[in-house]
Amino acid sequence: MTQTSTSQISSVSVRFCGDSGDGMQMVGSQFTDSVATAGNDFATAPDFPSEIRAPKGTIFGVSGFQVQFASTDIHTPGDTVHAMIAMNPAGFKSNIGDVEHGGLVIVNVDEFDKKHLEKCGYAEGYNPLDDEDITTRYKICRVPMSRLTRESLASDEDISVKDIDRCRNMFALGIVCWLYSRDIQPTIERLQHYFGTIKKKPHIADLNVSAIKAGFYFGETAELFPARYEVAPAALPKGEYRRISGNEALVLGLTIASSKADRELFYASYPITPASDVLHGLARLKQYGVRTFQAEDEIAAVMSAIGASFAGDIAVSGTSGPGLALKSEAIGLAVMMELPLIVLNVQRVGPATGMPTKSEQADLLQAMFGRPGESPVIVLAASSPSNCFDMAIEAVRLSTRAMCPVVLLSDGSIANAAEPWCIPDVKQISTIETPKPVAGDANFQPYKRNAETLVRAWATPGIKGLEHRIGGLEKEDGSGNVCYDHENHAKMTSFRSEKIKCLEDVIPELEVEGEGETLVLGWGGTRGTILTAAKQLREDGVQVATAHLHYINPFPKNLGEVLSRYKQVIIPELNAGQLRMLIRNAFLIDAIGISNLSGRSFFVQDLVEKIASVIQGVEA
Amino acid sequence: MSDVSLPTYKPKDFATDQDVRWCPGCGDYAVLTAMRKTVANLGVKREDVVFVSGIGCAARFPYYMNTYGAHTLHGRAPAFATGVKLANSALTVFVVSGDGDLLSIGGNHTIHTMRRNIDINIVLLNNKIYGLTKGQYSPTSEVGKITKSTPHGSLDAPMNPIAMAIASGCTYVARSLDVDVKLLTQLLDRGARHRGTSFVEVYQDCNVFNHEAWFYASQKDTRSENTILLEHGKPLVFGKEHENAICRVGDAIEIGSPESDSVLVHDETSIEQAFLLSQLFQPAFPEPLGVFYIDDSQPTYNDMLHEQIDDVKTKHGDVDLQTLVSGSHTWTIR
Repeated sequence: MTQTSTSQISSVSVRFCGDSGDGMQMVGSQFTDSVATAGNDFATAPDFPSEIRAPKGTIFGVSGFQVQFASTDIHTPGDTVHAMIAMNPAGFKSNIGDVEHGGLVIVNVDEFDKKHLEKCGYAEGYNPLDDEDITTRYKICRVPMSRLTRESLASDEDISVKDIDRCRNMFALGIVCWLYSRDIQPTIERLQHYFGTIKKKPHIADLNVSAIKAGFYFGETAELFPARYEVAPAALPKGEYRRISGNEALVLGLTIASSKADRELFYASYPITPASDVLHGLARLKQYGVRTFQAEDEIAAVMSAIGASFAGDIAVSGTSGPGLALKSEAIGLAVMMELPLIVLNVQRVGPATGMPTKSEQADLLQAMFGRPGESPVIVLAASSPSNCFDMAIEAVRLSTRAMCPVVLLSDGSIANAAEPWCIPDVKQISTIETPKPVAGDANFQPYKRNAETLVRAWATPGIKGLEHRIGGLEKEDGSGNVCYDHENHAKMTSFRSEKIKCLEDVIPELEVEGEGETLVLGWGGTRGTILTAAKQLREDGVQVATAHLHYINPFPKNLGEVLSRYKQVIIPELNAGQLRMLIRNAFLIDAIGISNLSGRSFFVQDLVEKIASVIQGVEA
Repeated sequence: MSDVSLPTYKPKDFATDQDVRWCPGCGDYAVLTAMRKTVANLGVKREDVVFVSGIGCAARFPYYMNTYGAHTLHGRAPAFATGVKLANSALTVFVVSGDGDLLSIGGNHTIHTMRRNIDINIVLLNNKIYGLTKGQYSPTSEVGKITKSTPHGSLDAPMNPIAMAIASGCTYVARSLDVDVKLLTQLLDRGARHRGTSFVEVYQDCNVFNHEAWFYASQKDTRSENTILLEHGKPLVFGKEHENAICRVGDAIEIGSPESDSVLVHDETSIEQAFLLSQLFQPAFPEPLGVFYIDDSQPTYNDMLHEQIDDVKTKHGDVDLQTLVSGSHTWTIR
């Protein structure tokens, strides 16, 4: 046996693709765990169809999972793919365009038969694996995965062919682990734990373990691959790490925050992609006292949350763009009632049903203004999967501090993507103080405000002597009685917005990274791409500074001053220019927008070129 | 330690400093009187009572009850009340709203609250008209109703709130007249003590936009002919001289003699009979008042939610937040 040479590389991006029944998310997730354990930095991007089980072998049934891992700090799953594993022709056809020239493409050649080729729309008699354009452009490795998996798992025992065929993904994983010099033992242990202990199917665990071993040994012995690669561990800060997705981080952040506020967590939601996993995650935390309520519709979800908030819970309702639209009147009620409420909006592509499994940042103005009347709310935006944890805690802290609803924006790409997360010490997270009333206060007035914060007290049913009535009609300052007085309305409108402005003093100032006359200002889930693009620009000798907004209402106190330091401000966003509109309006500066309306994040390279051309244009 | 002794209340203790702003002569006044009596005698503390309403004339109700209260959005009172009850199941929660609010814009929430058997009390003030928006027909208006929005008569059939409640799984279903404060108080009291969703439909007079709509049922001279009082275990007899009875002949319901063998005896635990009685309307039949149906055996959603949480807590024993945040798979960077 000859020894294949091993090359050291700093980063690699791998994509698994196949039919939605081929277990691509599972295999991607297992491989991610394996790069994590090896100490690499990583970023993932799952890509799955809306159809649950689209007809097998069709283009619209293709499911993919991309992971980039590196020996350096990275923030994106990668623009292009260095190695692709295609389990069938449909996966090959819909993903090949993203593979870099010279990239490695490992195909399950058994599926490239007449029937499957035609099913995904290739012309009769055409096989891309025989197409010279393709074979010269990519390094194609043909592996008969179906046959090899069957042969290696065949035994005298009574095991169905279906069960064996389902292990093809693990065979593929074995090959990839060999290719990137990954120890398969930790993966084997996880498979045994998952299938054996949790799912209580030890024979399935054994099959999967045999398949990954078979794939690994196949890589070693087949001499099919030109080279083997090694990606050294990244220099991440010391500590204990776990992998986390944005939706998981929201679940954890909300649970921790309610405990820090010493109140129960009430989460009401109506299932909607891509926010449902927050409901699923919290529903599994009853041992922490979490109350979840799957309501009959979006409106009932947010209204029950407002009711729970009235009764003293930390109340949250999660949704996506269409659901936020349905909740808008109710959010206005919470504004008027001056009750804490957290509304999560895991944004997807709109309008209407749009593209539920694709990502966009186009609900910013809806979050800011999508309600009748002057109805300001606190607007926050998470910038990465792990940042969802911090912003969930911030949402609870600010909502209870100001007795005002928060809309916390996430998006489909950070909701499902995962990255390494240095696990925080829960004890170090500050407690959250809520504006408590004085029990038995003979002079209690529901809308009497704290002179400094302009916030009323949270007097909840059950407290003797503080019985009061609130509602959606305009309130008289202090007494909270229904009031149609014009001056009073002007005053109350101003209070509702001023108390949000007061939060400026308790949120962090905006930090700027890098130097130059150009500031690239971002918000939300595009942070990783912007940072990566800026890094590349600097390496190319282009001076550029970056800053990222997590607080949109109120803006950080120093935002105006920061913006005034730069000759030009560029705002890249996955919408037609919504933050740019807010910035132009608030600071009267001619910010330049870079929009992407494709339903996925910027490619780093595109952003580099666009930022560079703006800078050059200004210089010229 | 909290004070465990209950204060003794009088109905007027539940009045607030707000002037009641319903039109003079509105049926809502009588309901308010009955409600203050009911709450005074329930044996619960004032601070443990919450009134929730939607939008409409009836929805001003919480402002006139000296308890905790929330005047919410059009149709959404049951959903808000659900959240209140799930957050604190020790509270006694009432929803008071009108026919447009609870049956039209908020119909979905009313149905699902009943289906879940959330332990709250829904009082429907049914005046068969939209009062606050000044006189359009409502989902309980009769066909052909001439209003501002239906100058040639309304086309759609009215809905049947009692039948809807029974079909939705409501575990206490009753009907009263606004003017019969005694009956109304009895029905509200029993509903409030019932564990599960209670629903009381009140025939309520809007003396501005739909005056006399219920007079056939509420006036002394016609009431005994046009209504029938449901009393558990008693034969269904009505009329000035108790000269008529509701009889069941095969599958059909007929009016017959109180002497007949086929006279129905009211069984408030029979859902089948309750549904039959929910179909009795003028002019063919007297309209039933009282308790149509009660089922005390059903668990409430709020109890089940907390039991489930307690069960899971017991199963897991001590849990700590650091373990939760760390998850099941970690690695160390040295």
